[in-house]
Amino acid sequence: MSGTPFDRLTAIALPLVRDNIDTDAIIPSREMTSVSKKGLAGGLFAGWRYLEIGGRDPDLAFVMNDPLYAAARILLGGRNFGCGSSREHAAWALAEYGFRAIVAPSFNPIFRGNCIRNGIVPVELDGAAVAEIAARVATDPAANPVTVDLLAGTVSLPDMGPKSFVLEAESREMLIEGLDAIELTRKRQGEIDAFREKDAAARPWIYL
Amino acid sequence: MGKTLFEKLWAMHAIADLGGGVGLVLIDRVLLHERTGGVALESLRDAGRAVLAPRQTFVTMDHIVDTFPGRSDLTIMPTGTQFITATRNAAHAAGLTLFDIGDPGQGIVHVISPEQAIVLPGATLVCPDSHTGTQGAIGALAWGIGSTEAEHALATATLRVRKPRTMRISVTGRLGTGVTPKDLALHLLARFGAAGANGHIVEYAGEAVRALDVEGRLTLCNMATELSAFSAIIAPDERVFEYLKGRAYAPKGAAWDAALEAWRMLFSDADAHFDLDHVVDAADVAPMVTWGTSPQHSVALDQAVPAFDGESGRDTRDAHDRALAYMDLSPGQPLAALPIDAAFIGSCTNARLSDLRRAAAILKGHRVAPHVTAICVPGSTAVKAQAEAEGLDAIFRDAGFEWREAGCSMCFFAGGESFGRRQRVITSTNRNFESRQGPETRSHLASPETVAASAIAGAIADPRQEIPA
Repeated sequence: MSGTPFDRLTAIALPLVRDNIDTDAIIPSREMTSVSKKGLAGGLFAGWRYLEIGGRDPDLAFVMNDPLYAAARILLGGRNFGCGSSREHAAWALAEYGFRAIVAPSFNPIFRGNCIRNGIVPVELDGAAVAEIAARVATDPAANPVTVDLLAGTVSLPDMGPKSFVLEAESREMLIEGLDAIELTRKRQGEIDAFREKDAAARPWIYL
Repeated sequence: MGKTLFEKLWAMHAIADLGGGVGLVLIDRVLLHERTGGVALESLRDAGRAVLAPRQTFVTMDHIVDTFPGRSDLTIMPTGTQFITATRNAAHAAGLTLFDIGDPGQGIVHVISPEQAIVLPGATLVCPDSHTGTQGAIGALAWGIGSTEAEHALATATLRVRKPRTMRISVTGRLGTGVTPKDLALHLLARFGAAGANGHIVEYAGEAVRALDVEGRLTLCNMATELSAFSAIIAPDERVFEYLKGRAYAPKGAAWDAALEAWRMLFSDADAHFDLDHVVDAADVAPMVTWGTSPQHSVALDQAVPAFDGESGRDTRDAHDRALAYMDLSPGQPLAALPIDAAFIGSCTNARLSDLRRAAAILKGHRVAPHVTAICVPGSTAVKAQAEAEGLDAIFRDAGFEWREAGCSMCFFAGGESFGRRQRVITSTNRNFESRQGPETRSHLASPETVAASAIAGAIADPRQEIPA
């Protein structure tokens, strides 16, 4: 299932511009205790967010616990954001916490796909642009909200002109419309069946 | 202009062009495990959808199930049983082939699939597991996905895929004596970085790669996801065909002959263009070990912990400093002779029969250091059985290793088992992330040989050096 449709969002952004943030850091295995997509927001960044493993006392040195960012809905990340495990729990936890967009220089491909399937916009901007946005936000997060405009394909701040980003049409459309990929594909079921039938004759060893 | 192997496989499986570089791609095999398989199957059922090709879908228990002898559905983590039973029930309800606890086919998904020829050259295969690219070593287009995409693959036998860019890494020459495919994988990570192949399909080629046996190739491809690659692939050759012949799900008789004819066409044309094309000299590869909390934090075992290098473009200072603090190390500190608390041989990277044989050859006649907790977890029940038939279990046990049932185990805190806080672990696994092997554990990735030699020494040790009696 895809998430809520997304067109444009203006919100406080949380700067966490560290390279190679892995999905074990986004949500540790120990926080994934039930066969469910829900109830994961409390475990988001648990290893950095809390003083003790398994505890819930906030580590006030971690930026996410700064009250100035309590309403953050956009995350600013470093290169190769979401690397490591394919666990979709990372995207589920981010979405449940309230993040609707992540702005970073690059994303791990599996994590990027998981974001799109869960209504989170993966925005790729170069490292200098992300650093500039993070620096502006840090001066006063509430006075420098970030706008992610998916219709226009831009990111802007009150004192910073729009910076363009690219998202393939397929993913952009899915995020804007909140479409269900399985339903879209099912419209082509006839085409798929015909392809499989022809393929089964050419590669019978695939069809057990 | 010729085509790359990837482009040939993409063309064979492309049902429709969805525009903007996205294709509707036919999926030949879906593999599931109990951590994400149960969620995907239940979610599919709740949406009133069926599995389109149940006979092409396989399920195993590896991620949550514990590996203690005499295991059951119970795990240290109280809720682990739910994952196991939910996956079992959903697999039965959907009519899928399940390799359950106690089944001789059970094991780590990327170990059992080649072992049973579920993966075949030229096939597309997906699994909600980032290490799925391991199976590209067979010449398949195999890649990791999320649970929602797994539902899509199950329901439609297709995926909507953004076409990856292509990269070739050619390894010239031959790996030196005592230098393993794992060392090559870590060398590539040190050289290209954790984002070095981001979004690319990596084709491994060259003399050193062709010289690897199938299990070594599986190890090499396994760690392409640590380069943030879409996946990895190696053109299949006679060595692969020989390996597959006669295995459980391999084609038989005339079908085998037809398949073989098709598989022999699976290679990149000489004039094919790759978006990125790298050449690496195998002679530059030495036994490696990681010092930090990203697999790119790899150095030759005889080197020291590096200082932050702002020029490398690989890390932020913040990430480098945090890695040092987490690992309790300082720049300039030698890695050789660094005392360890635990040693682990296992995982989809390095728990196949040849891995266990090579580690056992080092352990034979020795004991692990008294303060070291040492554990060996075979990659599959079949690997375990074969190792026992060869007497390898006795060598591991006599050396002081625990000998376990097959599963992912402490590659990542599976089922809630941990090495313990601030314990320093030398491990044949693939990820050294913070708390990966349990809360606050400190993981050093290395080959099974290095793990064995280090376990004996009680400190990080070069497996090429003679062990004092």
